[in-house]
Amino acid sequence: MKILTKWLRAYLPGLPVDDARLAEDLTLRGIAVEGIYDLGSGNGSGNGSLFEMDITTNRVDAMNHYGVAREAAAIYGLALPVLDFALPEFRPTAKPFSVRIEAEDACGRFTARVLRGVTIGPSRDWFAGAEVATYFGLLEQKQISNAVDATNFAWIAMGQPTHVFDLDKIEGGIVVRRARKGERVKTLDGVERTLDPEDLIIADHLKPLGLAGVMGGWDSMITTETKNVLVEAAWFDPVAVRRTARRHGLHTDASHRFERGADFNAGHVASALVSSILLANGGWIEGDLVDARVPALEARTANRKPVELKLSEVRRILGATVDAEGITAATVEGVLIALGCGLATCGGAALDNAAWLVTLPSWRLDLEREIDLIEEVARVYGYNRFANTLPAFGEGVRALPWAAQESEVRRTLLAAGFHEAIGSTFCSAAEAALTAPQPGLAVPLGNPLSEEAGVLRPSPVAGMLAMIAGNLHRDVSDVRLFELGTVFSGTTEKVDERPALSFGAVGTLPEQGALHAARAIEFHDVKGVVEQVVGRFHARAVLFDHFPAEAGLTPEWLHPYRAARVVVDGMTAGWFGQLHPRVAAERKLKDPVLLGELYLDRLYKLPLRQPIAREISRFQPVRRDFSLVLDVSITWEKIDQAVAGLRIPELVEWRAREVFRDAKLGAGEYALLLGATFQAADRTLREEELQEFQSRVVEAVGKVGARLRS
Amino acid sequence: MNIEIPNLTAFDEAALDSAFVQLERQARAAAAALDNEAAVDGFKLQWLGRKQGLLNEISGRWLKAAPGEAKKLLGVRFNALKAVVETLLDEALGAGPTDAALAREAIDITLPGTRRLMGAEHPITRTLNEIVSVFAALGYSVGVGPEVETDYYNFESMNFPPGHPARDTQDTLVVAGQERRPQRDRLLMRTHTSPVQMRTMESQPPPVRIVIPGKVHRNDAADATHSPIFHQVEGLCVDTNITFSDLKGTLDHAMKVLFGSAVKTRFFPSFFPFTEPSADVQISCIFCGGKGCRKCKNSGWIELLGCGMVDPAVFAFAAEKQPAYDPKKISGFAFGMGVERIAMMKYGISEIGSLFAGDMRFLGQFA
Ligand SMILES: [Zn+2]
Repeated sequence: MKILTKWLRAYLPGLPVDDARLAEDLTLRGIAVEGIYDLGSGNGSGNGSLFEMDITTNRVDAMNHYGVAREAAAIYGLALPVLDFALPEFRPTAKPFSVRIEAEDACGRFTARVLRGVTIGPSRDWFAGAEVATYFGLLEQKQISNAVDATNFAWIAMGQPTHVFDLDKIEGGIVVRRARKGERVKTLDGVERTLDPEDLIIADHLKPLGLAGVMGGWDSMITTETKNVLVEAAWFDPVAVRRTARRHGLHTDASHRFERGADFNAGHVASALVSSILLANGGWIEGDLVDARVPALEARTANRKPVELKLSEVRRILGATVDAEGITAATVEGVLIALGCGLATCGGAALDNAAWLVTLPSWRLDLEREIDLIEEVARVYGYNRFANTLPAFGEGVRALPWAAQESEVRRTLLAAGFHEAIGSTFCSAAEAALTAPQPGLAVPLGNPLSEEAGVLRPSPVAGMLAMIAGNLHRDVSDVRLFELGTVFSGTTEKVDERPALSFGAVGTLPEQGALHAARAIEFHDVKGVVEQVVGRFHARAVLFDHFPAEAGLTPEWLHPYRAARVVVDGMTAGWFGQLHPRVAAERKLKDPVLLGELYLDRLYKLPLRQPIAREISRFQPVRRDFSLVLDVSITWEKIDQAVAGLRIPELVEWRAREVFRDAKLGAGEYALLLGATFQAADRTLREEELQEFQSRVVEAVGKVGARLRS
Repeated sequence: MNIEIPNLTAFDEAALDSAFVQLERQARAAAAALDNEAAVDGFKLQWLGRKQGLLNEISGRWLKAAPGEAKKLLGVRFNALKAVVETLLDEALGAGPTDAALAREAIDITLPGTRRLMGAEHPITRTLNEIVSVFAALGYSVGVGPEVETDYYNFESMNFPPGHPARDTQDTLVVAGQERRPQRDRLLMRTHTSPVQMRTMESQPPPVRIVIPGKVHRNDAADATHSPIFHQVEGLCVDTNITFSDLKGTLDHAMKVLFGSAVKTRFFPSFFPFTEPSADVQISCIFCGGKGCRKCKNSGWIELLGCGMVDPAVFAFAAEKQPAYDPKKISGFAFGMGVERIAMMKYGISEIGSLFAGDMRFLGQFA
């Protein structure tokens, strides 16, 4: 919206500041000036400036010149002249024009003025100052004809929508009513519209003429042939106009204003303004203004019950000001009266007990309650004149129940060299079907951003995959990412949200350089990270397993022979592994992608692991290696369990030191170097003891099929 | 090194002097030439070896030959020499390898270090945590709520009545199939973190001091500064005697902690359905200090957050479950800020989309 300072100064000749200062003072009071354009001839004289305004939707009353002038008058304590447009005497008529409001819930006031013998043509000079031409010129608003210019001028001046009909196209009189089923009307934009029985319309005694408060009709519009006109200025209910406008996909200046609340008492003033511009080209008024009102709606707008305002309440909400005096009764009265409120004192005699019954202005439907008045006092007084104070401390600070756990998970992944990412909350239905931990629980959106974002993600894996692919397609070949986010499952009636972790890696390990050869990241690198993450939690048992391909239990996105399920205390806590080659091929990913998901809601049920220090033995540890040969069907887990099953307290640690294939071994065999460390807490181990431990280890692994390599 | 044991023919003091000085000189010369661990071991064996060591040989040879009256003096001299050799050995052992030996182990220290890659915390997480910790220090607890909300919590209880134009300002992504449900139960992606205000108040009576970090969604077209996915931090403080000046002081303090103590704040009237009075807060431009630059469009100010006193209508909704939220007895303020905007400003990010693309090159900058 554009505002001319020249126009403001016409209302307020005594404005004591230049345009730049005026802009700042208005902005600091919520009537925001976003841009100032000098129209020449310097400040305060000549053409002044053009303000580009950004006014919040609750302040439709200030989206016009008179409304802004009212704010300026309140800021500088100036008197704002009442808008009044003198019209010539009307010629009496035997039969006043007929106006009937049938939709008494939706039309509060309808004024109609009949002008006869008018000439439709270019706007003539109006008043001495030729305002239409001057102001429209400065606003770069095209002049079209006196009829169109007149309604535009009333709109720009005072924000009141008006409409002008060709009187000779109206049959009988005006009826404001709801449309009847099957009725049609062609609106000013040339569109033939079928009306809905809910639509609020202006009709004559035979047919619809236009959409009330939204757009006039084609057939009754003003043409160069028009001789007699009817000037409409009305008040329509916000909800009724909003519904009609929405149904027809229309958004007009008029609907914008009516939807947010027009001034019940502005219609006749705007009607006079429009009429006076039209009459400048000749013509006369027939009959007095027809002014139909609905008292119930008038009581809800122009004649609202006064609101009680107490000074003590103003102070309780607003607090301390920089000025030691604080907000006084005089401040309150000054502000509210300038804004058009009526104040009647009703409090006690003492200053601190001051209270008023405040009559609300008809153009400020946003003011309804005491708090609305308090806001006005603060706003016009100036927000920045309030002090900066701090409230006293309240109760103790509580962190989120899982804040510490989430932070540990994040810390572990960061330490493992994974960057944190934030992916899309949404995915396609196909991605959801591929990645959901449980089928059929993906929740679709009603108005998705795109088809690819059609459902709420049931798993963070789809997003992780997209981010990995994004990197690879941009030729970033080393990727390590994780995301901590929410996943969704359920129905369109009830949606469950769970925290989840996704992670993914492709390419080589970061610890490479001129001195170390690059090594491709592989399954066990990622498994190590999973072990470390799960290891942050206090669990009785953590294991990794997998299912035969035919069981159909492995997620479809994973390679069936390179995937593992994470089981923590008997609960499935996630899956990870290599991306299924079929899925990789569909996405044109050539390098093996390792990725997975952990179900954090399950992990978060466990407390974080509390480290407990153990006594470190003073006695020499002894390491013994066992070079074993095994059939490929015998996994490490079997060897591990066999050794663990020995329960030798002195066997403090064992691990697979090396796994390799060798041409000297039989087909289907592999070699495993098992390293074991023996140590006692209370003595140095004797050679005979060690011999015995060793033979027990050899015997145990032998039972599961391992033989010592000769 | 070949050591020559002098031939001792007489055992008078001068003869002993001469012989021992010669030996000591040879010991010192040998010790000075020791340039590696093996040589030091050799020196020790040569001089102090139990069977074939020089000192052993000297004592065997000379003490046997010495007349009784010379034995004492010889013993004293012998012990002095032994002490010198032991000292030399200690010194050789302590000094470690010589420079020449070390030079053979030289490496190219100009080759780049082998770095362990450190993961980078996401700039949004980092910014969220910074904001939350500022308010934690002011006594605020942390709260969260669901990302899929009901119309009631997201709009109605935040004083956006059904059919109200203010709803249009927050283009909403809705869950499918809600048309037949009562308006208040309809599910949607929350458009702001404000619904957690109501969930918090419903679950506890005043006082409340809470910050709510979270992800929100709007049906917005993406451009350089808009994303359909973004994050907010919401704050709520409710107690007896909470005032607008407390709101000003709290946010002024928080902005100074986040952006530096020189930062100034400025409050403008604004409109939010759930607060009244409502304000937008600007901080003095952190790039130019308020003089005006491209980043602040030459205004010297940057708009950063929205806030206001909790609207009594919002308290009335809370009072349905917690009657203590009586707007005549308590008051409170709420504020909310866009995390992306702050992160973009702090870290000089020009495209909001880069925050959600998972590009390793972008994220790696925050390690
Ligand atoms: Zn700047």
